[in-house]
Amino acid sequence: MSTKKVITGNYTAAYGALLCRAEVVPAYPITPQTTVVEKIAEFVATGEMESQYIKVESEHSAMAACISAALTGVRTFTATSAHGLVLMHEMLHWAAGARTPVVMANINRALAPPWSVWADHTDSMSQRDTGWLQFYCSSNQEVLDTIIMAYKVCEQPDIMLPAMVNLDAFILSHTSEVVEVPDREEVDAFLPQFDPEQILDVDDPKSFGTLAFPHSWFMEWRYKIQHAHDLAAKRLVEEARGFEKHFGRPWGGLIEEYRSRDAETILVTMSTIASTTKDVVDDLRDKGRKVGLVRPRVFRPFPRSDLREALVHAKAVGVADRSHTFGYEGPLFTEVKGAMYGADRRPPMVGFTVGIGGRDVLDTTIVGLFDRLDQVADGEEGKEVTWIDLIGPEAEVD
Amino acid sequence: MAVKKLPLPEEELIDPGHVGCLGCGGCHAMRYTLKATGPRTIISIPACCWAVMPGVYPNTCFNIPHINTAFEVTGASISGIRAALDARGKKDITVMGWAGDGGTADIGIQALSGMVERGTKAMYVMYDNEAYMNTGIQRSSATPTGAWTTTTQVGVVRDYKRAPKKNMVEIMVAHGIPYTATANIAWPRDLIAKVKKAMAVEGPSFIHIFAPCPTGWRYPPDKTLEIAKQATLAKVFPLYEVENGVYSVKTFKKEADIGEYMMRQGRFRHLTQEEIDSISKNVLLWHDKLLKLELMTKEE
Repeated sequence: MSTKKVITGNYTAAYGALLCRAEVVPAYPITPQTTVVEKIAEFVATGEMESQYIKVESEHSAMAACISAALTGVRTFTATSAHGLVLMHEMLHWAAGARTPVVMANINRALAPPWSVWADHTDSMSQRDTGWLQFYCSSNQEVLDTIIMAYKVCEQPDIMLPAMVNLDAFILSHTSEVVEVPDREEVDAFLPQFDPEQILDVDDPKSFGTLAFPHSWFMEWRYKIQHAHDLAAKRLVEEARGFEKHFGRPWGGLIEEYRSRDAETILVTMSTIASTTKDVVDDLRDKGRKVGLVRPRVFRPFPRSDLREALVHAKAVGVADRSHTFGYEGPLFTEVKGAMYGADRRPPMVGFTVGIGGRDVLDTTIVGLFDRLDQVADGEEGKEVTWIDLIGPEAEVD
Repeated sequence: MAVKKLPLPEEELIDPGHVGCLGCGGCHAMRYTLKATGPRTIISIPACCWAVMPGVYPNTCFNIPHINTAFEVTGASISGIRAALDARGKKDITVMGWAGDGGTADIGIQALSGMVERGTKAMYVMYDNEAYMNTGIQRSSATPTGAWTTTTQVGVVRDYKRAPKKNMVEIMVAHGIPYTATANIAWPRDLIAKVKKAMAVEGPSFIHIFAPCPTGWRYPPDKTLEIAKQATLAKVFPLYEVENGVYSVKTFKKEADIGEYMMRQGRFRHLTQEEIDSISKNVLLWHDKLLKLELMTKEE
């Protein structure tokens, strides 16, 4: 039996930890603050959650404690945001290298200076190469379901990788939505207790992470991480079927295709910008324009073949990024273009840098992106990458 | 010469074949500590000499479960291990962090402070070779005044370590830690007794072990134990423990000369008599203060 709750994205993440019975939760509340760890503290205080809650003194320590706890054989959870995530950077590499299936909620926020606590993907995009699975959610329901799926897939013995479940600051983190919350027994039946093969055990002592020389196994271990990502992509699709059967609602695939199969122009974007885009697509379709949306839900492992199939027919593709790789372009744009290089046909593509530092991405903005894609489809010349909705003197330059 | 056998526990939890330097004080420190803890111990080791010494994969010299962690996270790592054991109801296991002076007094001090402040039941050992020895003898905040290191090269401007050695035991006392002590590899029975006390504490404990390093201190490798002994007899490294705020200091009838202790080591050989006298003054001042702290805190 599930219950419908009206809860914020932050509380949803906390419910995820509760339902998945995270046994050790090392958490630091700030940099910048979200209410995820407060809600978990409440669950622990009321006895609803039987968790060892470690009130660590920084996010760096939070991740370090997660890794050591996971290697001692228990399920771990933590949450962070922006600077906290970036502070963890070293330990994010460590978590993947040590093959610990830590699951973490990250509230996507901009990085200072200047101070900003609003939605921006720079924090998690700059952790792209740490070996973590990365999910980008567009609703609170998706946050909850993805946490369950992340444990389900990442704890499998041939995967054993950490996963980051991303949700946009405020737009999801502090916004209440209806979330169908399954009861614990229902989750227990889907997600068994974590029981890893290799742990720190006084009855079977082993050394973990000892020195590896260039000629010995280091490179092979890194290859195995890549292999595990490839497997994870397959497992997510397989387990999604089981998820739907068990919980009675779909989890989805690596990407979401929205009215894009017959679309002439397609916008590729993630997280909550994609939700707004769906409304715009409906409006423009009503006016007879053949537009569509493709939303990558998983950024690592990157859904290369899914995107090729979904975009190959388009007359023009635009990619809207809520972060920017300085000196180049939006990271999603780079990745999507890279995927399309090996496609049977390469549609013309442009990149849009939008919503930086939490600037609102309104429906009117997205209509403008589709207008630009019409021009691209018609072969009109234009900039390959555009920063959208700049104000002041910068607007005149761009 | 007849060698008298020390009455130490027979069990060896590190096997021969570690890759430490000849005469490594840190190796003695580990060997004696594990004799005290016994096999039901999980050890977490950050970057330090002991990150390399267990051997190259797939070899390990440890007969206890052992995890390598990042440089600055020992305190957090042992917090995570203890929490995981608690979560699964696993009792009677000693959780030990084992870090060098740099990993403790410099880069790891935040995680250590957090772990102690939270009251985590875990033992933290700082084996102190007074510089970043694994990476080539760079200065740490636990390097003593006067020392040459590769980042405090004396040169013509006499740029040796000027600042005093950071006192980690006193920093632990300031946390209200239930048990903290200094120990020296030249007094193995005392070391083992202190480790056993630390293990038994229902909370955090911290032991500072003096571990001379022939490679970095510039003395012949067969002199490690002599130098270790001289340091304590010269009051440079006093042996004391603080149990719930109560100090007890080990005193000796025998004394050693500070200047002599220093001149045996290449790292101090640039010092003038005047500089040694000034260092000596501070050493004796701290020792006197310790005795006063003992008097002040001792219960009637």
